[in-house]
Amino acid sequence: MADSVIVLSGGLSHERDVSLRSGQRVTRALQELGVDVLEHDVDSHLITLLREHPDSVVVPLLHGEAGEDGSLREVLDLLEVPYVGSTGAACRVAFDKSIATRVVAEAGIRTPVQVALPHEIFRELGAAALVRALGQRIGFPMMVKPSRSGSALGCTRVDEPGQLPGAMVAAYAYGSVAVVEQFVEGTEVAVGVVERGDGPQALPAVEIRPESGTYDYAARYTAGETRFLCPAEIDPATAAAAAEMALRVHEVLGLAHLSRTDIMIDRSGTPVFLETNVAPGLTATSTVPIALESAGLGIGEVLLELVALARRRHRE
Amino acid sequence: MAIVTEPDQTPDPAASAGRGVAPAARRDTRLDTWAGRYASRTHGMTASAVRSLFEVANRPEVVSLAGGMPNIADLPLDVIADNLASMVFKEGPRAMQYGSGQGEPVLREQITEVMRLEGIHAHRDDVTLTVGSQQGLDLVTRLFCDPGDVILAEAPSYVGALGTFRSYQTDVVHVGMDDDGLSPEALREALVALRSAGRTVKFLYTIPNFQNPAGVTQPLERRAELLRVAREFGLLVVEDNPYGLLTFSGEPIPAMRSLDADNVIYLGSFSKTFSPGVRVGWVLAPHAVREKLVLAQESATLCPPVFSQYVVSTYLATCDWRGQIASFRDMYRTRRDAMLAGLAEHMPAGTTWTHPEGGFFVWVTLPEGLDSQAMLPRAITSRVAYVPGPAFFADGFGARNMRVSYCYPPPERIREGTRRLGEVLQHELSLHETFGLDPRHDDPPRGGITRGPGANQS
Repeated sequence: MADSVIVLSGGLSHERDVSLRSGQRVTRALQELGVDVLEHDVDSHLITLLREHPDSVVVPLLHGEAGEDGSLREVLDLLEVPYVGSTGAACRVAFDKSIATRVVAEAGIRTPVQVALPHEIFRELGAAALVRALGQRIGFPMMVKPSRSGSALGCTRVDEPGQLPGAMVAAYAYGSVAVVEQFVEGTEVAVGVVERGDGPQALPAVEIRPESGTYDYAARYTAGETRFLCPAEIDPATAAAAAEMALRVHEVLGLAHLSRTDIMIDRSGTPVFLETNVAPGLTATSTVPIALESAGLGIGEVLLELVALARRRHRE
Repeated sequence: MAIVTEPDQTPDPAASAGRGVAPAARRDTRLDTWAGRYASRTHGMTASAVRSLFEVANRPEVVSLAGGMPNIADLPLDVIADNLASMVFKEGPRAMQYGSGQGEPVLREQITEVMRLEGIHAHRDDVTLTVGSQQGLDLVTRLFCDPGDVILAEAPSYVGALGTFRSYQTDVVHVGMDDDGLSPEALREALVALRSAGRTVKFLYTIPNFQNPAGVTQPLERRAELLRVAREFGLLVVEDNPYGLLTFSGEPIPAMRSLDADNVIYLGSFSKTFSPGVRVGWVLAPHAVREKLVLAQESATLCPPVFSQYVVSTYLATCDWRGQIASFRDMYRTRRDAMLAGLAEHMPAGTTWTHPEGGFFVWVTLPEGLDSQAMLPRAITSRVAYVPGPAFFADGFGARNMRVSYCYPPPERIREGTRRLGEVLQHELSLHETFGLDPRHDDPPRGGITRGPGANQS
């Protein structure tokens, strides 16, 4: 079938660069399978392009806002264009850490204690008192993150009260709501979930060991800066529990086709949910491609299966 | 450091992982077969969150005050195209062949004519062509610097030069400026301190005209004074002058090289007066240095790109390049005016900025406590971009500063950019007020390196 896949990457989010990297990787993988791929940015020409290729399936590889918050997917639904991945409604919940963590916790999944705060509340209630309360409720060390962002952008580990205001300001640079949560010490793993013929399956967990000790932007996107072990060096029961957690998160949040859940295995060996991704990175240094390879699966082949699932969902 | 890239044969520990896909064997990888084998000079060559934001700045929705791209839309491309076609027809076999390691004699002669506009009287034999003046800087650093040597540079200094100096593992020591550029007193103090610390200072790197990023210019007397200090301490001066001809008032100030032919290495460029894409710059150096430069150039490139040299030479010979520079001056002056008017209208109280008399850049100092790097994501969300101050320091300072450029966006976009920037600053100020951040923490040295935008933007 002509015009089979449109890979969308770029966009205007803070993660545009990461998205372009994912787009290039996926485009190449699909082209190597002989698929006719159109790689396109999200811009004012997009709707025209979609109209010109009515038989295509879109693979949205947009990270950050618009790509992961569901808004673009709502537009694709509006235009009746089939696409790979979760629906707009599911993305809206999953992308916002302040909402997703609550939903996941209510389903009985272990999460860090988290408080979500829009910046206005500090002004209204007085920052000093709120900062003190956060210290008492969450304790140190804590993580401060923008509620809607990825690639660890705007995230800061806070070890003592004096660092908290600066960390809050850094998080608010990425959006109006920040989450403050317990810092969980342990082994960081990423577990991909991919839907195949017989439903969602967890990929082998990828253990992340950044050379610098922090899995920040440089550690994520510079080859050589992070050591990855797949499957993770954890005991089988813990691996099974992490896989089960990723599958539960996929299910509870109503995700579709492909997701990745980031999990910390705490010192007691218990998996703790950190966050989930509806558009997991597929760059040359991302964890999902490592997991796919470890499972003997090709990124292009899997995406083609997902394209078929997307067509089927669209028909239904 | 152990590098394990081959999968080992660990038994599958996750085979019982419920609805999991069974993996074959554990893979232990850093995704780079050669991790651990790179030269130490590559340390710090990593992905950067700040730099990645400039990827967004290239989108048309964003007013980018970050870039340093000249606006070459006014070049008479039709005339240039015809003249180049004729050049290829007549001189193609020479233009498309290897050439001299020093560069084509015809162009070197023409360059001496260009330099006369800034008071330099030089012989073409002392000119070496380079791939932009950036390569000139690279070659000069290669000739003079061993790891650990000290280079003096203005505080702040050109981000691309700092990158070159870093790649040769040198230590950059910044020297303070005032409204007239590099301060001779600060230079003297730095030299005395470094001498008593037993450090070897290899050269002073300075941009006397419309400095990048600060936008300030050394008056003639200042240049003479700096050269006196340099001579007193036996200090070599590397004068980088990409913007000198783009003056907005009066004639160009004589170059430092015009005042001292023995102690100054001069870097020139056609990137701002003709085309950055041709990548043609040059180094004017004393005889002994020049001999080594040519050998270094031959080992780097065999010869600088001959075709590009013919393109520049044809342009200089067949077009009114002086008239074109005059037209560029008018165009950039209008944009500078738009920038200064926009800043005056939209910057919050406590913000100050420089008033360049030429070149591309204004250096903004933010109200106490603000951090230009931390607020860049907010600016990107508001569709305006700038370069955070720390990019222009080797030692992590500059958090309270930003560079805004007026070279590329048209005047109405520049004004809109300053409006958006004003809103961003107001918002940031209100956050700082809420959190009562301590202004004393406004400029801590950072551990990491802040990278500016990419090659086409610096």
